[in-house]
Amino acid sequence: MALVSLLSSEGAGGVRWNQGDAQTPSQGVISPTHFPPKAKRVIWLYMAGGMSHLDTFDHKPKLEEMNGQPMPESVTAGQQIAQLQGQKLNCFAPQHPFKKWGESGQSLSTIWPELATHCADEMCVVRSMFTEAINHDPAHTFMNTGNMVTGRPAMGSWLLYGLGSETQNLPGFVVMVSTGKFGQKQPIAARQWHSGFLPSRFQGVEFRSQGDPVLYVKNPKGVDHVRQREIVDAINAMNQLQQDATSDPEIATRIAQYEMAFRMQSSVPELMDVKDEPQHILDMYGTQGGDGTFGSNCLLARRLAERGTRFIQLYHRDWDHHGSIKSHVAGTAAEVDRGVSALIQDLKQRDMLDDTIIVFGSEFGRTPMAQGSGRDHHLAGFTMWMAGGGFKGGMSYGATDDLGYHAAVDRVSVHDLHATLLHQLGIDHARFSVKFQGLDSRLTGVEPARVVTELLS
Amino acid sequence: MLRDRQLCLWGVIALVHYATTPGFAEESARFNRDIRPLLSDHCYACHGPDANQREADLRLDTEQGLASVTKAGDLDESLLFHHVTSTVEDEQMPPADFGKPLSEEQISKLARWIQAGAQWQGHWSFQPISQEPLPSVKPPTPVSGLFVRNDIDVFTLREMILNHQSPSRAADRRTLIRRLSFDLTGLPPSSERVKAFEEDARADAYERLVDELLESPHYGERMAMWWLDLVRYADTVGYHGDQNVSVSPYRDYVIESFNSNKRFDQFTIEQLAGDLLPEPTQEQLIASGYNRLGMMSAEGGVQPKEYLAKYIAERVRNLGGTWLGATLGCCECHDHKYDPFTMEDFYSFEAFFADIEERGLYAGANQTGNWGPKIEVPTHEQTGKMEALNQAILETEQLLRTSTPQLETAQRAWEAQLPLWQTLTAVEQVSLAGASLEPKEDGSIFVQGKNPTTDTYRLTYDQIPSGMTAIRIDVIPDPALPAQGSGRAGNGNFVLTELILRKFDAQGREVGRLQLQNPTATYEQTGAADANPYKKWSIASAIDGDVKGQDWGWAVMEKSTEPQAAIIELVQDLTLAEGESVNVELVQNHGQHTIGRFRISATAANRPLQANQFPSDLAALLAIPRDQRNETDRAKISEHYRNIAPELAPVRESLADLNQQRKALQESIVTTLVTRTVEPRMVRVLPRGNWMDESGNPVSPSFPQFLNVSYTPATSRMSRLDLAQWVVHSENPLTSRVVTNRLWKLLFGRGLSPRLDDLGAQGALPSHPELLDFLALQLIDSGWDVRAMIKMMVMSGTYRQSSLVESEQLAKDPENHWLTRQARYRLDAEMIRDNALAISGLLVRDVGGTSVKPYQPAGYWAYLNFPTRQWKSGQGDDLYRRGLYVHWQRQYLHPSLLAFDAPSREECTADRSRSNTPLQSLVLLNDPTFVEAARVFAQRVLTNGDGDDAERLQWAFEQALHRHPTAEEAEILLSLLRRQLEGYKANQNAAQELASVGDYPSAADLNPAEFAAWISVCRALLNLHETITRN
Repeated sequence: MALVSLLSSEGAGGVRWNQGDAQTPSQGVISPTHFPPKAKRVIWLYMAGGMSHLDTFDHKPKLEEMNGQPMPESVTAGQQIAQLQGQKLNCFAPQHPFKKWGESGQSLSTIWPELATHCADEMCVVRSMFTEAINHDPAHTFMNTGNMVTGRPAMGSWLLYGLGSETQNLPGFVVMVSTGKFGQKQPIAARQWHSGFLPSRFQGVEFRSQGDPVLYVKNPKGVDHVRQREIVDAINAMNQLQQDATSDPEIATRIAQYEMAFRMQSSVPELMDVKDEPQHILDMYGTQGGDGTFGSNCLLARRLAERGTRFIQLYHRDWDHHGSIKSHVAGTAAEVDRGVSALIQDLKQRDMLDDTIIVFGSEFGRTPMAQGSGRDHHLAGFTMWMAGGGFKGGMSYGATDDLGYHAAVDRVSVHDLHATLLHQLGIDHARFSVKFQGLDSRLTGVEPARVVTELLS
Repeated sequence: MLRDRQLCLWGVIALVHYATTPGFAEESARFNRDIRPLLSDHCYACHGPDANQREADLRLDTEQGLASVTKAGDLDESLLFHHVTSTVEDEQMPPADFGKPLSEEQISKLARWIQAGAQWQGHWSFQPISQEPLPSVKPPTPVSGLFVRNDIDVFTLREMILNHQSPSRAADRRTLIRRLSFDLTGLPPSSERVKAFEEDARADAYERLVDELLESPHYGERMAMWWLDLVRYADTVGYHGDQNVSVSPYRDYVIESFNSNKRFDQFTIEQLAGDLLPEPTQEQLIASGYNRLGMMSAEGGVQPKEYLAKYIAERVRNLGGTWLGATLGCCECHDHKYDPFTMEDFYSFEAFFADIEERGLYAGANQTGNWGPKIEVPTHEQTGKMEALNQAILETEQLLRTSTPQLETAQRAWEAQLPLWQTLTAVEQVSLAGASLEPKEDGSIFVQGKNPTTDTYRLTYDQIPSGMTAIRIDVIPDPALPAQGSGRAGNGNFVLTELILRKFDAQGREVGRLQLQNPTATYEQTGAADANPYKKWSIASAIDGDVKGQDWGWAVMEKSTEPQAAIIELVQDLTLAEGESVNVELVQNHGQHTIGRFRISATAANRPLQANQFPSDLAALLAIPRDQRNETDRAKISEHYRNIAPELAPVRESLADLNQQRKALQESIVTTLVTRTVEPRMVRVLPRGNWMDESGNPVSPSFPQFLNVSYTPATSRMSRLDLAQWVVHSENPLTSRVVTNRLWKLLFGRGLSPRLDDLGAQGALPSHPELLDFLALQLIDSGWDVRAMIKMMVMSGTYRQSSLVESEQLAKDPENHWLTRQARYRLDAEMIRDNALAISGLLVRDVGGTSVKPYQPAGYWAYLNFPTRQWKSGQGDDLYRRGLYVHWQRQYLHPSLLAFDAPSREECTADRSRSNTPLQSLVLLNDPTFVEAARVFAQRVLTNGDGDDAERLQWAFEQALHRHPTAEEAEILLSLLRRQLEGYKANQNAAQELASVGDYPSAADLNPAEFAAWISVCRALLNLHETITRN
């Protein structure tokens, strides 16, 4: 870094240009925050495809009793159903046993041995989530942007816009995708981390596990760090002259982006290279690094968090279990279990869990009814959980009905979740809006949303 | 320059004149422009659509409600006016405590509107396009010759004056030519052309340039970039495996249509319904491919009905997006929330597309490439070649068919030395596992009845040719066998695992097993042979005594529907004495793979004997003595002979060569998807868009009534042709406005109505509604002449303004609502590539053709599947084609295009976003395409640019930016040159590495360090904001 700061103080040809605050965090529009923030960043572990709440975090003994019997019509009448439409709706028992874990006695499925053993008392489990979309793509879009209609900013973009970035060497909003072996590999469209109507510099950047970690992040052949720096300096000096001559605000952005790009050229490889991690840490995450697994991405998430990235989203693209759910849900959980458990423990031992919110969950849940040997998409009730960032550990909140169908007690909407997350970051969701198409557009939409204070310590 | 300044001066005078002209500023208020927004802001909260908040049961958002409180031309009788001007606390509107009082100006607007007739207007874009008179006051000369260049400027200038704005001066010529070149061709001008334009003193120099660019073949390419986004053109199917699909002739059609300035109505009709036109031309069929550009799926497990519903709904969305500027998508599930489109309208639109032949699931297309109806589109050259080849093949075949006396003599000699095969007749034939062996008249044996897992056929013979040297087994395909093969396995195959011959004496005692050798077969299966020790299903494994396993044997899977034969020699000649016999055992131990029909024959001809001499049916014919053969038999035999006759070998070789050529040519002919019409399927309204719900009403093709287009169809059930004609009907209020608005955006960076995708209620009111209507009508009246419309726009003074803006003005009107300047914005993704290649001199300017593959990072396609794919970069010219020809992979678009906001084209894209991100910087800095462009640019600098470094720099700068560098700029770049030169002098290896980026040949004689340093300077030039900006 020293080299960078040295060289960037003066451009090629001795021309100085406005560097902005290259080494200091950029400010967001909410400064100061509406109230003192409890957390600085979010790591969202996104179980893409629709994790079954019934086989993982929401134990329903009654469903076991009624296995194979028709789902009472009173439960399903008038409900939106995806692929099971027009078919027999029979109860389908939880496919794995549940146990009580930790001092709190958190009820979790036995398919999470690591998480349950080490983190049950850190988890704040919400069992009464519901959403509005029953197919993956719109449900992802709703979960990420608060709206099913495309073109709205993802939450990460909102946060960068509102709070600014704490790193000028790495993107403030990073996405990584891992793919497992069991479900249908549902695609994840890049629009899930798009900045929508906010300026594109707030867009999420995908980090890859193969090839250049960020496309074109490597210098051309025969160009070393110093040569590249000189070129970037010249480009920026020239652009600065243009800006002086034209007052085009895009040029200032362009200059900032070249600075950012140049810094990324060293900071990204440095981030991705985990050789400075001790063996016991690698073992804890169950990775040697760089293998593109969920565990590897969890380790990188911690490294990003340490370096100030505001919003980190890890997709694990493997949870769409329309069939063979018994083996598949266990298999997919095993792909995720060690990584998430390691991440929580690791952040904790670094005193970072307090100001980092871990969010874990899917775009929706799965039906208590069987679809062959699997379960269909389900929007009426599902589970998400948080850890750290001022959320109460070892607690659970809300409940679905006896059969796990409807969020029945203390219902929490996706907008409520967003409002609560924003609150922990110091933002009053109702006061955080951007004019769009003549409306005050919010992450939490137009209907009232509630900060679920019961979850907060 | 002097002239420009004069213009500016005259502009000011003109403004003064306008502003002081009586009646101009006092123009009457219009409801949509002036009154509706005012009522919306100040009154609708209590007197609007929301029934729960409504006061006094009064609505001001409906024509009826508003009429109840206004009287045309009479302020005193208008309750509305009374309330907004009242000072009495109870009467005053809006109420003081509402906190949003009306300004004097707003009240005056209301007054003018009431006085002028209090006329209600429905939503602007759904109203008939009004015949807009030019603003009444014409500017006096000489001003009309300056800012006001044509009618457009009269509209824009009026708005400027009314809003206390003034136009910018005209841009200088180098800016204008650069702007025009990018806008009209997507390419930068050459520096020679810039110079010529700057020096062109003729009065019509500008117009000449405009005409020249509009006549350029690159005009069509530029317009195609725009159009292809709308019609979601891509080279892959989008869903799931995102496999390739060939549609590039459609892209060529679009380019050619713009280049020939096809009428836009015709262009529309050909795309929506080219196949329904009387005797459609190939061009019109290619155009009809428009309907087939949507995404398709070959994913096993897709429910065809669901995907048919997806495909047809997307067509309606695309129709709405491309032509109507309407967001119809929401009507798939419910009536539009903001516009009067209903669900029934949506499905009635769908019904127009119900006749398109398609499949919900293109099963197997990931392997076969069969994505439904397509046509071949040979080039002129290919057609000629094909005709010539066909003719040559015909002639050569004729040669092969013609018998000559020499050939007949040769045939006799050939026949005389042929082994004679005698079909053997068994005295007994049994299946050891209980199948039934039935002799046929042709001497073959048909196996039926029980189909055991394994079996051995034992055949006993007492008559064989004396001195038998070989046995022959023919397997014969039969329509009664599975898959019409020769075996009883499900796929028509069999496996002969062992062949055993035993001799018996007259007493029936086995004398011994006969030794076999030199086995050959007409075909041996190669598939599924990975584990086979012979690496194929060889006849050799049928006489090996099963030493390598009893599972292996002779099989013919790939060719089981053709007759095959195996010939095995006896090691010693065999002759049977009276009473002696021989058993032939066909052992078949491979599970469920027994033979279905076969024939056994024997010969006493001299060894060696090979199986592949001639087909088995011919063997039977040859066994007939010459004088007993009938005409057909003779013809067959001579035909066969001519196929092997050494005398005809050169002819056969030439035929094989011709056939090979034809095959290669056939494969090189591009195909393209087209629309084929079939009996329309039933379309129902799908409640909540649910494809499984069949309770909705069936609908037939019809148009939304509220648009009031008086279109009369010729037939009772309307077709896509009717739809197309309705779209471009002169009374359709949307199409022309939509197209005009988008053309405006191409030239001004922003639409007159800024929401390009939605002219409905959620869209934005045009900044200049009268101008938009004026132009939209002009477009229709001109015979949908797109080129004329573009010319009119770029000829305007409004277009020619400078894009430079004072920060004060920028703050006042950041979005340039009043068009007081031109726009500056980043080039589109494809143009950024084209520009770099053009500057470097690498750009290949060929127009049209199939898609190309420039360099792309390895592994970028790692997540593609069915099948997995690897990007293989093109070679030679293919690396340097324009961006619009780059292979458009929907799921993984080329990352350099993606970084600069090129859309995936899964759906209609009317308005690309224009972002500014670090990833873009990384592309320009490090993508090998741009590094190579800089390298080749540097080669040009060093070989073309004369003089010292400063002069070279000046030359390079002009190539990239079409202007001279300032002293300060030159110093920055020369300083960069010096630093880089120092660095590369110290590291010649690095210099050589940099000089080798990309495939394009390097100039060998350049000093490596100097070359590398100039590459760096050129990289900087290609990265400049100004370089990628149109201003």
